[in-house]
Amino acid sequence: MKRFVYINDRDRTPGHHCCNKVSNTKYNIFNFIPKNLWEQFSRFMNKYFLLIAILQLWPLITPVSPASTWGPLIVIFAVSATKEAWDDYGRYCSDKEFNEKIVWVVKKGVKTQIQAQEIEVGDLVWLYENDEIPCDVVLLGTSESVGLCYIETSAMDGETDLKTRVTPKPCVGLTSAELLTHKGVIECPEPDRDILRFDARLRLFPPFIDNDFHPLSIKNTLLQSCYLRNTEWACGVAVYTGNETKLGMSKGVAEPKLTAADAMLDKLTTAIFIFQVVVVLILGVAGNIWNNYEKNKVWYLRFPKQSEWYDFFVIPLRFELLCSIMIPISVKVSLDLAKSVYSKYIDWDLHMYDQQTNTPAVAANTAISEDLGQIEYILTDKTGTLTENVMLFKRCCIHGVYYGNESGDALTDQGLKDALLEKVPEVVKFMLIMTVNNTVVPHLSGNGSLKYQAQSQDEEALVQAAAQLHMVLSSKKGTFVELNFLGDILEFEMLNVLDFTSDRKRMSVVVRDHSTGRLHLLTKGADETIFRIVRAGEPVQQVADAIDQYSQLGLRTLCFAWRDLDEQEYTSWAITFNEASASMTERESKIADACQLLERDLELLGASAVEDKLQDAVPDTIASLRKAGINFWLLTGDKQTTAIQIALACNFIRAEPEGQLLSIQGSTSNDVAASIERVLEILRIRSSESKDVAFVIDGFTLELALKYEREAFTELALLIKTALCCRVTPSQKAELVGLVKSCDYRTLAIGDGGNDVKMIQEAHVGVGISGREGLQAARAADYSFGKFKFLKRLILVHGRYSYNRTAFLAQYSIYKSLVICFVQILFSFLSGVSGTSLFNSLSLMAYNVVYTSIPVMVTSLLDKDLLEKTVMEHPEILYFAQAGRLINPSTFACWFIRSIFHAIVVFVVTVRVYAYDKCEMVEMSMVALSGCIWLQAFLVLIETNSFTVCQYLAVWGNVVIFYVLNFILSLSKHAGMHTIMFRVCGDPAYWFSLLLIVVAGIGPLAAIKYYRSTYSPNAINMLQLLERQDPIAVSLEASESSSSSARAVSRTNSSHGSVYEPLLPESLKSGIAVASSDNFLSEVSSSDFLPFSPNSRTPLLNHAMNNNK
Amino acid sequence: MNGASSSEGGPNNLLKESKRPKYTKFTQQELPACKPLLTPGWVMATFMVVGIVFIPIGVVTLLASNSVVEIVHRYDMDCLPPTLATKTDRVNWVQNSLVDHRCNVTLTVPKRMKRPVYVYYELTNFYQNHRRYVKSRNDQQLRGDSVTSLDSCKPLATGNGQPIVPCGLIAWSLFNDTFTFASGAGAIPVDNTGIAWKSDVDSKFGENVKPSNFPNNNSTGALGPIGGKALNANLPLKQDEDLIVWMRTAALPNFRKLWGKITDRDLEAGQVVNVQIANIYNTYSFKGSKKLVLSTTSWLGGKNSFLGIAYLTVGLICMFLALVFFLIHLKNPRPLGDTSYLSWNKKNSDRSRS
Repeated sequence: MKRFVYINDRDRTPGHHCCNKVSNTKYNIFNFIPKNLWEQFSRFMNKYFLLIAILQLWPLITPVSPASTWGPLIVIFAVSATKEAWDDYGRYCSDKEFNEKIVWVVKKGVKTQIQAQEIEVGDLVWLYENDEIPCDVVLLGTSESVGLCYIETSAMDGETDLKTRVTPKPCVGLTSAELLTHKGVIECPEPDRDILRFDARLRLFPPFIDNDFHPLSIKNTLLQSCYLRNTEWACGVAVYTGNETKLGMSKGVAEPKLTAADAMLDKLTTAIFIFQVVVVLILGVAGNIWNNYEKNKVWYLRFPKQSEWYDFFVIPLRFELLCSIMIPISVKVSLDLAKSVYSKYIDWDLHMYDQQTNTPAVAANTAISEDLGQIEYILTDKTGTLTENVMLFKRCCIHGVYYGNESGDALTDQGLKDALLEKVPEVVKFMLIMTVNNTVVPHLSGNGSLKYQAQSQDEEALVQAAAQLHMVLSSKKGTFVELNFLGDILEFEMLNVLDFTSDRKRMSVVVRDHSTGRLHLLTKGADETIFRIVRAGEPVQQVADAIDQYSQLGLRTLCFAWRDLDEQEYTSWAITFNEASASMTERESKIADACQLLERDLELLGASAVEDKLQDAVPDTIASLRKAGINFWLLTGDKQTTAIQIALACNFIRAEPEGQLLSIQGSTSNDVAASIERVLEILRIRSSESKDVAFVIDGFTLELALKYEREAFTELALLIKTALCCRVTPSQKAELVGLVKSCDYRTLAIGDGGNDVKMIQEAHVGVGISGREGLQAARAADYSFGKFKFLKRLILVHGRYSYNRTAFLAQYSIYKSLVICFVQILFSFLSGVSGTSLFNSLSLMAYNVVYTSIPVMVTSLLDKDLLEKTVMEHPEILYFAQAGRLINPSTFACWFIRSIFHAIVVFVVTVRVYAYDKCEMVEMSMVALSGCIWLQAFLVLIETNSFTVCQYLAVWGNVVIFYVLNFILSLSKHAGMHTIMFRVCGDPAYWFSLLLIVVAGIGPLAAIKYYRSTYSPNAINMLQLLERQDPIAVSLEASESSSSSARAVSRTNSSHGSVYEPLLPESLKSGIAVASSDNFLSEVSSSDFLPFSPNSRTPLLNHAMNNNK
Repeated sequence: MNGASSSEGGPNNLLKESKRPKYTKFTQQELPACKPLLTPGWVMATFMVVGIVFIPIGVVTLLASNSVVEIVHRYDMDCLPPTLATKTDRVNWVQNSLVDHRCNVTLTVPKRMKRPVYVYYELTNFYQNHRRYVKSRNDQQLRGDSVTSLDSCKPLATGNGQPIVPCGLIAWSLFNDTFTFASGAGAIPVDNTGIAWKSDVDSKFGENVKPSNFPNNNSTGALGPIGGKALNANLPLKQDEDLIVWMRTAALPNFRKLWGKITDRDLEAGQVVNVQIANIYNTYSFKGSKKLVLSTTSWLGGKNSFLGIAYLTVGLICMFLALVFFLIHLKNPRPLGDTSYLSWNKKNSDRSRS
């Protein structure tokens, strides 16, 4: 389908396109209530509560007043509906503001002001500097003579640098008067969400002479919500409006992520529900039997002679209602509340604030912080994530001459300077490619100095370097490029740009040298693609050697090539190229084919090497997290050798003899299969050895492996702890995340650039580095911060605490509901299995919401089992959080047994002490309730690891609140509890009962806890004891015990500034073997030596794990 | 952590608004906290102290319970003609208002019982806590307020189209055995005022609410079957303390309810008390027993040795645990915080040895 947009001609443009009214709202006034209710009831818990609430309306079966469920239910629904409504209202307001913004539009040749929402497709929109663009517009004219304008796209992709947009060729030079009246047609595709593509064409109608179709691309468009900058005015025709714009189409609500603990809680809830149904059935049957048996005997109950048809169901349903609080309505609410505070802790954390870039850590997703504590796999990007993404031109090799090898910096290499002064042709050509073949835009800033604006850090580094070597890119106006080379002005016209794509892996420009009038093709790109297109006889091996040497150093390399074109060849090629560019279908591949025609027989000039420094503390961070049992995969678009060097430098893989790197290679599916099989065999044989085995695979092999050998590759992925994947595309990254995820591991993906967005969204937890490649990754991520090293704190401190606390809060919430429920069940055996509630409605309602919620809430916000410092020094301790070790069926069973035990203690003591003449119902219920409350208070105390004032206040304040509330209730003559609390408290037996309940309930727990922590302690217990000791001793012990991490630190320090240097001598000899040997296993070795430290999950803490439960 | 980068970030911060989070102890999770640990000394001491506190409490409560003198006499079988063997015969006999249900019981006082001596009746296997039963009342009606609905009283809400006062199963099944006490020649007066909770008398039962249309009051059974005691139609509910006591439903199927107090004399040890019982209340249907209880009280209430025994048991167990922990600790002292116990370090050293 195509869309035809007639410029300046409302009558001809079909009117069925939507107007420019943007709407991001989810609801409107009429559908809010039904739609919101529907959404809320799509959750299992809510359905359950509604069912219970409805059942309670039947007075025959309800043990308590319906208000005890309806009240909280309505409150919870109202709160979440209000929140939704508030959010939606906010969206409505911002939409309204956007829609009612006044814009200039040309109507019938006259400029008029209308509201943005009245713009229609085909209208000519007139924009001024700093205007927000109201809809997707094809640029037709600007105030700049060459038809350029600048836009800021931060709202779209988060990148704050300015981008240039150009008017299509036929429109260049139109005066503003002509623009008001000219007509034409744009043929464009139906709206889509791809913000990088716009395959359309334009034809101007007579009186314009040039009325052929002219290709349009994304470069000719101004997209909605971008801002016009540094341009006095620009005008264009609206092609997509309202919600049909590129931005509008790509808006979508991301699927909410469900954490492991959430999923486990859902499972446990279901289990409890099943348990509840079983209990209800058993009690229901028992109750019916009792009724049948006793019916005629218990005359004082006056059972009706004739039974109703529903009698059989009445008792089970009563018990269903009586047991309904087994699944507490408050658990979801308190969890949500606690989790949002956990995420706030991340926002607030000063240790994760990056001063250099003024970026605090941001937790965009408030609901998944406990998943951070359970991470088992980290899949990380390399450039910008592990490295700083500050590119510096370091070395080059031109025509076989190495520059910068001695000094380590080509810019200070006298040889290179001399060669430039002498204007050695190859060197000048090399420099020209560095300067001209790019998308860098020079700007004269206010104080007259030149600034470069680039979308690629590499290009900026090259241009900067060239400028320092006195070849300065001084201005770029449209297609005209002006250079200042040693004082001479060189002028070029850039005729065509053969863009970089991830398939082509190269970029070329066709330029005309104004001084000579000759045409040249300037090409730069990855070595393997360039080597294929150079002319025969070029010194390919020489350059390949240089590139190998550079990548051994971890430098990023580019090859440079040159070709002189003759006029005839170019003219005929240009026609092909333009046709391809204007084609409406498969444009990309057609262009690639066209480029291929010109990019051949190149003269190979040499290679450049750009350094990207490792970020601060990366090796230490990786070492710590690996000790925590987390497996690392490095996914990079870089070449294999560079990736291996970086991996070695940052502790990713270890050199022989501690580590071994296996290579998977192959060009056919059979090769790949064989290669994987080999590696698997080696892994199986060597699994007993204490080696760190890693494998390396490139994107092409990966493609085959995933396609044909998925099973074997998955097995491999599970066996191996470290993997390097080189030359992988964004979607392959996401696919790998999906692969690990499918094996039921918790994954975290971390990246910084737009190419990592897919993987970040795919992973359980996505982390974005708000780096130099823009904010795209950070926006898509659940968490974002400025430096890779913060990951350690995010996982070890925030993740671990959140998980510990969530696990406690969730299980405790269910435990306390179970306690009161079991008391009710026990009581039912003494009340003729009739479903009498021991507690009154008010107490039941307040029990979960008021009496027991505050202490546990405060504790789960503040409790710390170990100090942050201890956790950071002993990352192995994360083991206890991984794989759901704190909330799973067996931990829950402990809580379950505890709840039964406590219910029995409370019930037996109450019933036995308040026997005979004291067994008045209301009084007894108050004693039992008090028993539960006191037990809860002490249970929270015994489960708390660290006490702050707040916890004491919460626990004891809560008890005080309980008594105050009940004293107030006891004052009311009309409540069922009139005077009860006074009577009860005046009786010494009450206080003796409570003391007995507390000691009998808590004593065994304390004894078991003590015995376990002392005689079969797990690592947490031991570290707690360690913390107890003299703080100096702690740090001494710690530094001894974590000697490997200490060494890693010292190593980082010693090699600061020149991270790759120490690796060079040894790795040069053996490392190259990796690249050259085909689909065979090879081993990387290096002089770098690190002691082995067990970082695998299996050997780690086996002992402690056995003791854990 | 920020030290290295601060120098570069400094001037930048002057220009841009700093996004640095603010420092508070709460936001940095640095609230001062103490971390109590279950160290051997602490645990042993606690268990010891609990034991030391519990055992005296146990002794004291046990003494209190033992100081109570209690006479319990089950009379439902004694006061039955021995010829009645089957349940049906017994029920028929007890419900037959024409038969003389009186019987005499002799109690011997084991120890001196100081006044006041409380007289209770005890019922077993009687489910006052049954769901049908507990709800079967109307507090508005009892208080004399305007009644919104008598539904909760069904099936004893109305009779002959008129509301039953007091309605519901509880009032209808009021216990109606009577006891007359005598010692030697003279009768022992039993005071049955002041036996109900004062708050109930004051605020739960109305001054002007008198029984009406009450089924038990019509001996012909015209208003329905007769359950328990007939109520004096002229006596306001507020003054019918037997009813008020009964309407405080018991939470357990075995319960005692106060019937009266002997306030004018102490009962001496060896004294013989003759009780004439009118055995009218039907517990034979559901195999419940009826007991007559005379008891004094202590500061802790009636005779109930549970607290004392429980305290002694728990106290002894605590002391025993303290002792066990102490012995284990002597035999197997564990150094505090030895990192070599950490399994990953252990594994490490194992490996280096091998």
